[in-house]
Amino acid sequence: MSTITEAPFEPQTSAGRITNFVDQRVGGSGILREFGRKVFPDHWSFMFGEVALYSFVILLLSGTFLTFFFDPSMAETHYTGSYIPLKGVEMSVAYSSSLNISFDIRGGLFMRQVHHWSALLFVAAVAVHMLRVFFTGAFRKPRELNWVVGGVLLILSMAAGFTGYSLPDDLLSGNGLRIIDGVMKSIPVVGTYISFFLFGGEFPGNAIIGRLYMLHIMLVPAMILLMIAIHLFMVVIHKHTQYPGPGRNDGNVVGYPLGPVYAAKAGGFFFIVFGIIAFVAALFTINPIWNYGPYDPSPVSAGTQPDWYIGWVDGALRLMPGWLFNIPLEWHIPLPWGVNTLSLNVLIPALVPAGIVFTLLFAYPWIERWVTRDDREHHVLDRPRNVPTRTAIGVAGFIFYCVMWAAASSDLIATHFQVSLNDVTYWLRALFFIGPILGFIIAKRVALALQRKDREIALHGRETGRIVRLPHGEFQEMHAQLDDYKRYKLVGFESPVAEEGIPNENGIVTKTERRRAMLSSFFFEDRVAPATPLELAAGHEQHEAIEAGEDAKEVSH
Amino acid sequence: MGDHSDGTPANSDAVAKAGHNEVDKFQDPGLPPHRLRLADTDPKAAKRAERQVAILFGISIVGTLVFLLAYFGIRLDDTIATLRLQNLFMGLGIGFAMLGIGTGIVHWARALMPDHEVSELRHELRPEADRVAAVQIVDDIVEETGIKRRPLIRNTLIGAMALAPLPAIAIFRDLGPLPGNSLRHTLWKKGERLSRDPDGTPIKASDVTIGSAFHVIPESLNKLETGKLNEKAKAVVLLMRLNPEDLHPSPGREDWSYNGIVAYSKICTHVGCPVALYEQQTHHLLCPCHQSTFDLTRECKVIFGPAVRPLPQLPIAVDGDGYLVAQSDFHEPVGPSFWERG
Amino acid sequence: MKALSQKRRHPLAALALLVLGLMLTGGLYAIATTVNAAKADTTTSSASQVKEGEKLFVANCATCHGVGASGTKAGPSLAGVGAAAVDFQVGTGRMPLQMQGPQAREKPAQFTTEQTRELAAYVATLGDGPALPAEEFIDGKGDAAVGGELFRVNCAMCHNAAAAGGALTRGKFAPALAGVSNSHIYSAMITGPQNMPVFNDANITPEGKRDIITFLNTIEAQGSPGGAALGSVGPVSEGLFLWTAVLGVIIGFTIWLTSRTS
Repeated sequence: MSTITEAPFEPQTSAGRITNFVDQRVGGSGILREFGRKVFPDHWSFMFGEVALYSFVILLLSGTFLTFFFDPSMAETHYTGSYIPLKGVEMSVAYSSSLNISFDIRGGLFMRQVHHWSALLFVAAVAVHMLRVFFTGAFRKPRELNWVVGGVLLILSMAAGFTGYSLPDDLLSGNGLRIIDGVMKSIPVVGTYISFFLFGGEFPGNAIIGRLYMLHIMLVPAMILLMIAIHLFMVVIHKHTQYPGPGRNDGNVVGYPLGPVYAAKAGGFFFIVFGIIAFVAALFTINPIWNYGPYDPSPVSAGTQPDWYIGWVDGALRLMPGWLFNIPLEWHIPLPWGVNTLSLNVLIPALVPAGIVFTLLFAYPWIERWVTRDDREHHVLDRPRNVPTRTAIGVAGFIFYCVMWAAASSDLIATHFQVSLNDVTYWLRALFFIGPILGFIIAKRVALALQRKDREIALHGRETGRIVRLPHGEFQEMHAQLDDYKRYKLVGFESPVAEEGIPNENGIVTKTERRRAMLSSFFFEDRVAPATPLELAAGHEQHEAIEAGEDAKEVSH
Repeated sequence: MGDHSDGTPANSDAVAKAGHNEVDKFQDPGLPPHRLRLADTDPKAAKRAERQVAILFGISIVGTLVFLLAYFGIRLDDTIATLRLQNLFMGLGIGFAMLGIGTGIVHWARALMPDHEVSELRHELRPEADRVAAVQIVDDIVEETGIKRRPLIRNTLIGAMALAPLPAIAIFRDLGPLPGNSLRHTLWKKGERLSRDPDGTPIKASDVTIGSAFHVIPESLNKLETGKLNEKAKAVVLLMRLNPEDLHPSPGREDWSYNGIVAYSKICTHVGCPVALYEQQTHHLLCPCHQSTFDLTRECKVIFGPAVRPLPQLPIAVDGDGYLVAQSDFHEPVGPSFWERG
Repeated sequence: MKALSQKRRHPLAALALLVLGLMLTGGLYAIATTVNAAKADTTTSSASQVKEGEKLFVANCATCHGVGASGTKAGPSLAGVGAAAVDFQVGTGRMPLQMQGPQAREKPAQFTTEQTRELAAYVATLGDGPALPAEEFIDGKGDAAVGGELFRVNCAMCHNAAAAGGALTRGKFAPALAGVSNSHIYSAMITGPQNMPVFNDANITPEGKRDIITFLNTIEAQGSPGGAALGSVGPVSEGLFLWTAVLGVIIGFTIWLTSRTS
């Protein structure tokens, strides 16, 4: 409400005039002042979230193109397009239109490949981003809820991928759907009904492609968009985490201002991700549906696998034995109204590993918070080596996942390394149990060893390769001390100690508290304390003596 | 690391068991001094960077032109080679167009835009006073509704809310028919001829020589007007011939085969992939999806993998014209197990 | 020795070693006779082919298959396997067997085409069996689409929909079909080598086999329209490529992007 007498503000530059014009009508200056110079820390490992976001944008762009030409009908037709080895073959309209996109619409094949490659990249980027967040402890207070949103996004991205994988109605995806159907039927009580409702009757029916299409192009992406909005909103509220280092603490954020440097880098990175995907789509075939042929319940191709992100569940199905020492894992339960069938050989691998992985994933921030009783906000990340137990847990979980993942390609491992298919399965079954334990032990030892190395370097400096002979004849290698900034990076971390159980107001250590104490010692029993100035000073006295001796020697020359 | 020049024992291996001394900690030295880039001090370097950025943008322009040329210039002529060529150049064109812009902007930002790291203070998400006030407001609202004092209202509300989503579930009932006993029947019936997949020509017993594997559908399948794939998904059968002495039929199943010719459902009892890999020397059937292995000589008993039940056998005979026919439908449901299977 | 070490864990390793020793001896002998046989007149009649074939057989094959090809513990009887079986097994180098293993592996053929024909002519006299395929069915000029359907129903479950090969039980496998000659593909279908089922003419007609061969020739010749095929083994190689190459390149760019310039 400016008065008429006051001279209105007149910007001097054209960019300024546009800003002023928009602000007077939209009132965005508050947002601009908040964001225009917002500081973002810079580290390569912070970029995976952006990779995920950008591949999602590319998915929306390429997916929109594909919807213009794709017809999700399961009606029968005969192929009349230009791909000779399928001419005249009976197939569904969905498959036929997918072939037309590939062979008869200019740029269609390219867009399909862009879409599929970025789908694989999207899920991979989400996964790698979550691994980064886990191993650096970025899920700690106040970001626990954003970690959960991230987990939901991971599940949604897998759902988006799977619904899309099935759309072309080719032989490969059709057999994938058949496996889904078999898994659903194994669910007690409601399984058969779920299968009949999803497929609109018996498998394969003629409804599933249309239904998956609707989920794939509307419901799932809408939910992903919503979750991304919440996710980014929370990132803005929390501000970004930063790696430990000189000048960085929980009270500040050090980095580049959004405008111009960070915005330029982040914006430019979108084009880089797009460019990489375009190159890959130009040079490498993905999902050659023309090889697989139309879906037909009779044929199947060797090497029938899902896309990588569903692979671990498929691998679990492969690893599970049907018979355990002559005990069948399919049970026939006599009930008053008749005998019912419980297929543990399908239910266990389909539900248990995924249940373990996602439960632990969602609960982990609270588990760690309970163990450490740490209610402070954390904005400075942990270097993975400085929290050996968490790192080891993460590695164990990752190996658990990878064993199942590898099992999904057991047949290809067998043919490519010329080993027996059965032996591959036996080995992977063993690794399923031993692998995570070995991974835990090794990762923890490696982390502790790296911490010791850090201590060594912080206290004694780096080896220079310069050998000095002391007056009394001893040879020693000279160490170059670190400067304060580099040293702080190695010593500026917290190293909690294992806690005893704390008595409550009645002086009793409760059972829960005793469990907490056990977990606390599991987490923090083995620890390497950060180097201290006293230790450094003690070391320095020795060094100075040596250096003095060296000087004296040089004088004598 | 083996060399400890201070001569003292390796105290770096010390694994502290006690709490550490908060006082004895390194102090944060603050942000390191800013280091100037070449382009900040040398105008020539800055000029060079400027040219590099321009070249990258130029590459992008060329890339876009390559895409347009590939799109309009390459005519698709039904051969895979031209399609591959077009895909390649369109992709390379867009790739260069995008990477040119991206790397150009990033190079510009890295080399020429100010690179002073800035430290910004974080603020508490919400001051405690705000939080106290918010909690108070929520408590007040809850208090004013009186929901805690009136359990009748609370409990009936919970009940109503719990039931309210039911219509949202019920309304999806018509997504599909109820299973009924459709999973228990296939197209096979007494006298149904075994015919070749996919053309549906009937098979004579004499056609099936030892070591053969025929992929079989019921003869009437191809005559179906609707639901062909649904029926095929249950009815597909693998027909093989072994030496009769290799078969070990259990009591009651001796006459289900003919002259060593046996027919088994092709649908895996695990999760339903077609078990079509027949090894004619070992007489094993392998499922390519999850590697369940069935032993044909022992009525397709599972010998490896995640399946539990043997593949259902289709009893077969020979009709008057020498064609193979089914004696009946399968005696049990085919394919993966389901709760009501029994 | 690397190839051997992969087989070491096999229960038949000791037997394999023994057979390998025998094979080496036999192989040396075979080379000697090959040199002699190569000098033989190649324009002889069928009867002399059979005679030459018998000589080759006695020298190279009888150790395992027995004199008169009646079979021993080490090798099956060849009565009734037909000329096509010999053409396939010897022509693709699978026979003579290099060593015992889950299955015979393809290797450079040990005999010339002429010698293979002589062996085939000899074995064909031992009993009725599939003859060498007629030229008209291996010309690759059938209907690729029909062949594709037949291939998917009858072959793809072992050999993969793009004929890239696949695994069987206990170390056996179905080989990739690229580079296999039309006549060998045809022979394999009618004879069912090793664990492959037999696809006799009542199962897949000669015209159908011709269509399958046409299909295989077509997909091999045309290549993949989308660029490199990554082995045509499906989503596994695609996922592996993404996690290694694509993610690697992206990480490279992120490191460049966030590093300081000098």
